[in-house]
Amino acid sequence: MEFKGYRRSNGSVGTRNYVGILSTVVCANEVADGISRQVRETACFMHQQGCCQTPVDIKRVNDTLIGLGRNPNLFSVLLVSLGCESTGVEEVATAISAEGKLVETVVIQDIGGAARSIAEGVLLAQAMVEEASKMERVLCPVSDIVLGLKCGSSDTTSGLAPNPALGIASDLIVEEGGTSILGEVTEFIGAEHLLAQHAKNGQIGRQILDFVKRMEDRAKSVGADIRGGQPTGGNIKGGLTTIEEKSLGAIAKAGTAPVLAVYEYGVAPQVKGLVVMDSPGREPEVLTGLAAAGCNVIAFTTGRGAPQGFPFVPVVKITGNRVTWDKLRDHMDVNVSAVMEGAETLPEAGKRIFQEILEVASGRLTKAEISGYTKAMDIYMVGPVI
Amino acid sequence: MKIDAIMIKEEDNVATALREMQPREKAVVGIDDKSIEVLIEEHIPYGHKFAVKHITKGENILKYGEIIGRATQNIASGAHAHIQNIESLRGRGDLD
Repeated sequence: MEFKGYRRSNGSVGTRNYVGILSTVVCANEVADGISRQVRETACFMHQQGCCQTPVDIKRVNDTLIGLGRNPNLFSVLLVSLGCESTGVEEVATAISAEGKLVETVVIQDIGGAARSIAEGVLLAQAMVEEASKMERVLCPVSDIVLGLKCGSSDTTSGLAPNPALGIASDLIVEEGGTSILGEVTEFIGAEHLLAQHAKNGQIGRQILDFVKRMEDRAKSVGADIRGGQPTGGNIKGGLTTIEEKSLGAIAKAGTAPVLAVYEYGVAPQVKGLVVMDSPGREPEVLTGLAAAGCNVIAFTTGRGAPQGFPFVPVVKITGNRVTWDKLRDHMDVNVSAVMEGAETLPEAGKRIFQEILEVASGRLTKAEISGYTKAMDIYMVGPVI
Repeated sequence: MKIDAIMIKEEDNVATALREMQPREKAVVGIDDKSIEVLIEEHIPYGHKFAVKHITKGENILKYGEIIGRATQNIASGAHAHIQNIESLRGRGDLD
């Protein structure tokens, strides 16, 4: 079983071949976006962080930008800095280039304003894209897939069809030696005992339970019932009543493979197989975390119809809700509603999702890529803005 | 077998509607290869749950064979089982 990808010098494999334009601070977003809009085959990452935050979160910003820069879907990276931010721009550049990747930097306060910085950045990016375009796809084994798992705008169909079907697809990737990353720790609440039973050993199981406790304590610290926030108002309209019910459906997308390791947000796994990564459930933060952890493709199940993609990692949308498939057809890639109706088995649907993941990994565009609905991005922060 | 709703485990006390249902309809509820009939008492939107047996206030709500919450009032068989009569036991910062 193979797919066609871009083999990088460090051995990782990209499913896309962009020049990444990475803003290093909220205040540089306009320039990063301005450069990216003018140069084809670039992908722009913007966020709301990088200044007036605690050291814990500044480190998080640095580490996330390093992870994003190292993502194999980026051929090279242009960092766009304002100049006075807390983000360690040089540290980020050095860490990305240590992997053998070309990194350029434009600093708005040094160059002298947005217009000049955009002009300089455009010229740099054009030259980088010319180099990137020389890359060719080669046959790669499924073991080079690093799959991110995500569900969003869930309803009661999510836990019955698309999530268990994605779990089967994830198991197939893991059986072939690939990697699958489960985030969204909020959506383990009430189901963590089942996930912990899947852990490779007791220590990993306890780490899963610790992550859930940390997330639940964080949510409870505001002194309110989290219902309405989790499950969301939309989840409730879709029939999900409690976070426990949502979680029991959500963890099905991790399949039955053992959880081999547990990582903090955005950290690239050091093992191949199924792993857990800390993250909240909200789309921008979890998609960014999965990309920073090195995912080269993301599978995203939805009930009511979540349209979000990510700038440089293809996001495959899977729904089991026939109404959503019909109404949001321009955002959905795979329809497994036949499972709900008893016309398709879960293993059949899982196999179709697995095939779709490999086709998208080989270059077939997702609906999110075609429609340009790819701007769900931000970095998960744990402390206050100060 | 054409089913109107699905129960995931036999011990579950709620089922998920696979189509919108109206009061006094008989719902065929599938559990694996078997089925039971439940007389619907209230309007049940697509994807929402209803009780498949009488549930007493304070009783656990079971779906997937797991606890998804607790009944805050008695729920009659065939009644809509959702946020108006089920509370979550987790993430309850309001109770600490």
